[in-house]
Amino acid sequence: MERNRTLLLIAPAVLVIGFFMLIPMFIALAYSFLTANPYGGVLPPPTFDAYVQFLFQRDFDDSLVYSPSYIFIILRSVYLAVATTAICLVLGLPVAWYIVCQSEARRRFLLFVITLPFWINTLIRTYCWILILRDEGVANNLLRHLGLIAQPLPLLYNDGSILLGLVYTFLPFMVLPIYSTLERIDPRLIEAAYDLYATRMAVFRRVVWPLAKPGALAGATLVFAPSLGSFLAPDLLGGGKKLLIGSLIQMQFTSSRNWPFGAALSTVVTVAVLLVLVWRTRQTYRRDQRGREQRA
Amino acid sequence: MNQAHPRPLGSSDRTSASAGEAQPPSPATMIDVQDVSKSFLAKGSSPVHALKTVSVAIRDNEFFTLLGPSGCGKTTLLRLIAGFEAPTTGRIRIGDIDVAALPPQKRPVNTVFQSYALFPHLNVAENVAFGLQMRQWPAAEIDSRVAETLAMVRLEGFARRRPAQLSGGQQQRVALARALAPKPSVLLLDEPLSALDLKLRKEMQNELKRLQQETGITFVLVTHDQEEALAMSDRIAVMRDGLILQIGRPKDIYDNPSCRFVADFIGEANLIPGESLGRDPALTVTVRPERILMGPAGLGGAGARIWGKISAVTFLGLDTLYEVRIAGEVRVRVRRRESEEGFQRGDPVALDWPATAERELSS
Repeated sequence: MERNRTLLLIAPAVLVIGFFMLIPMFIALAYSFLTANPYGGVLPPPTFDAYVQFLFQRDFDDSLVYSPSYIFIILRSVYLAVATTAICLVLGLPVAWYIVCQSEARRRFLLFVITLPFWINTLIRTYCWILILRDEGVANNLLRHLGLIAQPLPLLYNDGSILLGLVYTFLPFMVLPIYSTLERIDPRLIEAAYDLYATRMAVFRRVVWPLAKPGALAGATLVFAPSLGSFLAPDLLGGGKKLLIGSLIQMQFTSSRNWPFGAALSTVVTVAVLLVLVWRTRQTYRRDQRGREQRA
Repeated sequence: MNQAHPRPLGSSDRTSASAGEAQPPSPATMIDVQDVSKSFLAKGSSPVHALKTVSVAIRDNEFFTLLGPSGCGKTTLLRLIAGFEAPTTGRIRIGDIDVAALPPQKRPVNTVFQSYALFPHLNVAENVAFGLQMRQWPAAEIDSRVAETLAMVRLEGFARRRPAQLSGGQQQRVALARALAPKPSVLLLDEPLSALDLKLRKEMQNELKRLQQETGITFVLVTHDQEEALAMSDRIAVMRDGLILQIGRPKDIYDNPSCRFVADFIGEANLIPGESLGRDPALTVTVRPERILMGPAGLGGAGARIWGKISAVTFLGLDTLYEVRIAGEVRVRVRRRESEEGFQRGDPVALDWPATAERELSS
């Protein structure tokens, strides 16, 4: 009876995770081992072609030549995702700290402001950045009117604009988890640190940061994973000149009509992210173990 | 303390009459609080005067207690001394330094917080070492000082544990060790024992007293527990509504309360209206329950002051507490040893006390 009730209670969570996450992931995994249909979709004969294509190029004589171009795309995507995460952390931490230090009413207002962009579609918000950054855009016109520049600055269609778009989109995902950990820090701990002769810098380094780290890690995960797979900002703000993994995958399902390859790329990225997460979790677990041994 | 004080210490407009000891500052004054007040500005309402003008001189090596009910300003005064708050008016000197402009990290003062405020991510040794590291002690000296301090609070062998793995009493000891390690001139204790159960609290009271005597550091304790204050302090300042009502040694305050509030707050006290005793109705007479003699009415009652009837008997172990109803529906509490004649509820009794046992209070 008790068991049945428990099953009933966890059923919605299991269904949601199963239907919306696990099943699609396994479909993608299955597709990655099938043959591409040139008209879109997949054909039944199983093959490793998609994974072979990831590392090798098939020459005219059907021999395989190692080609790292897809690896480079992944590395570049990882580099941009890491940079996005780092910038979000550097910007998000002071913002979260600032909000925590405000009065109750102001905190609620500021949190609302942080979540405000979610009410507007990401696509529209990204287009707005084009209007701001392009040669005849708001930024360049303003600078020209101020007489600071004669020629428009190349603000759009480079790594900088991609980063700007990614940081803009994912910054709230960094601020909110950090805020929630900072909010739980007992203000007496900070007073105690000051009382024990800590400078402002030392209070941050020795007390605030170690306690905020779990939030920062959660935020880093929430920013890193979606920015790695993001294709909106790279496409629109990067001009699609240099491919990123998200755009590459997206292309396989649309213009290139190579579903197995797109599925294989998704699988590779997913597995890579999972490995990093597992490694991190194990490290945390090991640190806890060490703490427990010290207790004994 | 080379500067002459314009007024005796402990004197501010409303405390001058009641200040227990109005003596000139001795060179051994450690903390000199002069005409300090603190108001908090609350948005949309009038400012809260947490501390009206108070002055107090706390001596070197003294165990000084700020005693009062919640909201009396005792914690505010402690936080002003620690530097967590800035006084609205007045001056605070610690040793020879005017600390008004100094932030907490520059004051030779350490605090034991009510909630202990141990750093949860650091183990016991790291917590205790924190202040020493911030003062940039050499590593070897830190290690030996940490070991020494942990021994002082009897926590050897707990160095590697996290605060969360300790009991409340042990956490309390870590907080003490952490605050004592940097050898401060003054240790501030904000209701340090309030989270402990009764038995542990008694034990820690002795422990604190021992530590204070061993280290010779000036302790300033904040508490609402009058028993704790009486048991541990060299001197007590009784506070209420942001004012210091009386400063004095525990025995002086107990025997010579300056007003009704102090008499009632410290220990048990009978507050008998003057008219019940045939005196000036504006007066209140206070007598401690254990100072009242009780005998059967009519038997040698010639010297008795008042007569009444026992309305309640409460056996307390060593003592028995009798409640005696006298004229005018006034109840007088009398505490007697049970071994004496056992009075019953309803017995008429005569009450008496020596003239030295009572105080006439006008406020």
